[in-house]
Amino acid sequence: MSNQVTAPQAPPGLLADERLRRTSLLSRLLSRPELGAVAGTIAVWIFFAIVAGSGFLTASGTNAYLQVAAEIGILAVPVSLLMIGGEFDLSIGTMIGAAGMIIALLAGTYGYPFWFGIGIAAIFALVVGFLNGLIVVWTRLPSFIVTLGTQFILAGVTIGMTRHLTGLTTIGQLDVAQGFAAAHAIFATKLGGVYAISIVWWLAIVALATWVLLRTRFGNWTYGAGGNAEAARNLGVPVARVKILLFMCTALAAWLVATIEASSFKNSDVLRGTGREFEAIIATVIGGTLLTGGYGSVIGPALGALIFGMVSQGIVIAGVDSDWYKAFLGGMLILAVLLNNYIRRRVGERR
Amino acid sequence: MSDNGAKPLIEVESISKTFGSVLAVQDISMKVTAGEVMCLLGDNGAGKSTLIKMLSGVYQPDSGRYVVDGRQVSFSSPRDALAHGIATVYQDLAMIPLMSISRNFFLGEEPTKWIWPLRRFDVARADAIVRKELAQMGISVRDTSQPVGTLSGGERQSVAIARAVYFGARVLILDEPTSALGVKQAGVVLRYVVQAKQRGCGVIFITHNPHHAWLVGDRFTILNRGRSLGTYTRSQAPEIPVVERPAAPEITLEELVSMMAGGRELAELSHELKGVGA
Repeated sequence: MSNQVTAPQAPPGLLADERLRRTSLLSRLLSRPELGAVAGTIAVWIFFAIVAGSGFLTASGTNAYLQVAAEIGILAVPVSLLMIGGEFDLSIGTMIGAAGMIIALLAGTYGYPFWFGIGIAAIFALVVGFLNGLIVVWTRLPSFIVTLGTQFILAGVTIGMTRHLTGLTTIGQLDVAQGFAAAHAIFATKLGGVYAISIVWWLAIVALATWVLLRTRFGNWTYGAGGNAEAARNLGVPVARVKILLFMCTALAAWLVATIEASSFKNSDVLRGTGREFEAIIATVIGGTLLTGGYGSVIGPALGALIFGMVSQGIVIAGVDSDWYKAFLGGMLILAVLLNNYIRRRVGERR
Repeated sequence: MSDNGAKPLIEVESISKTFGSVLAVQDISMKVTAGEVMCLLGDNGAGKSTLIKMLSGVYQPDSGRYVVDGRQVSFSSPRDALAHGIATVYQDLAMIPLMSISRNFFLGEEPTKWIWPLRRFDVARADAIVRKELAQMGISVRDTSQPVGTLSGGERQSVAIARAVYFGARVLILDEPTSALGVKQAGVVLRYVVQAKQRGCGVIFITHNPHHAWLVGDRFTILNRGRSLGTYTRSQAPEIPVVERPAAPEITLEELVSMMAGGRELAELSHELKGVGA
């Protein structure tokens, strides 16, 4: 490539390729957002393979952490896209509860077909995501605040509505609804009798999101919108549309988790999903996506979710008091942020 | 008009803009022809940025004519100006540091292949084009997927200029492209300013550094407190007639520096400081 320099007065400083090339492999590795997550995944797996022993390595042990990873990962992937696009969504946790309750009320309490409940819940999620995005884009308020508001509204309305209509906070026996068996096969079956199908959903979403992020115009616009919305707008990127669509994706991911859980547990609870938004954000940050936007990947957060799953199940299998689980995660989060900051400084300052 | 041949690409006549009671730009006339570098000089608050924001479609002038290719225009947005081939490279908004060079280069204008829903950003073609365009400008990049943040400030500005030229800019408005740069880096950018000119662009080069302007400029318009102090040509250059005067007066670097720095004010200041020091 360097022999293409045909311009008559190429500046001499730029031709010093042999000096720059020496750092290029290291810098290319360091500039990968997934680097920390890959190293972390391997380290955590080896750690529990040794400490938790054979229980961690069996098929059921593997499924245990993969299933946890899948449900966090399904959320973490669109959350990562949204964060790359420069925004937050704190409402997805309570969105899970709300979507699950819509399915349960329609299919359980009112006897509609299960798929009707799923469909209405999906539309509801898309509308909430659209409104989140619209408010953020219009008011230019921080999405942290806007979606914090939505989170509380959803939580309150879900509990208020459900109790008002049924007097309950948990609605069960969804398996009597028409079409439940088909939904169960798609959202909740165990492949080979062991592995939850949610793992397949997770992997499919990772593949799709990676393709969108790296190989479509929308992906490029996402990076641009988060990297510098003003500059992107000057170049003709429809920043508002990109952000609203990303908010709709995170809400739809919450709906998918709600559907998977309603199909698996055959019930819905108003409090289900509470706090999941933070788990998704932790997985995303461990995966190397910057809180400030413009930088990140899909693979990284997927691995972040995997670390999450391995830690949560590995601790139980190893017989450690699971009270320590959150402390471990919090420590990982801070380590990951420190690593990310270091990488960003390397990227930003190497001249 | 008393032009000898060269028709201006863009031309403004008696353009003015006020913000409330502040007269930001008053009665300024200037023009740019293809293949020339027109330097717009002025201290902070001289009205440089207001003027270029009018040229680039961010603001609409309150009065005066804005003519592009001989036709009067009124731009409603920067996109509108861009569609007429007028591209602005802002100092701080030129590039998104964490995005790769190729992704930055094509942001908003990504080449695609295949059809929806499989339509995808043609990364290979983007990389090839970027490499070729940058090579033409004399920048050799090691890896087009490296983040723009790893480029030097001068290279970043240069890539932004290359992008504007690639996407068909005929008039390039460069907002202080050298002001945050060291001597060497500024040299990199100035080289690309000349290259853009040689490729037939009309360049409006905004700066408050007369030394940089002198290195690349063909003509110099000096702004002071929202008004034009006149347009000049280089003293050794063959005389180029200017619209607003039968013949543009010539100027030497020393005179340019002195006008820019506010020679009289500077003399007063040095007098004052001497008084303080004594």
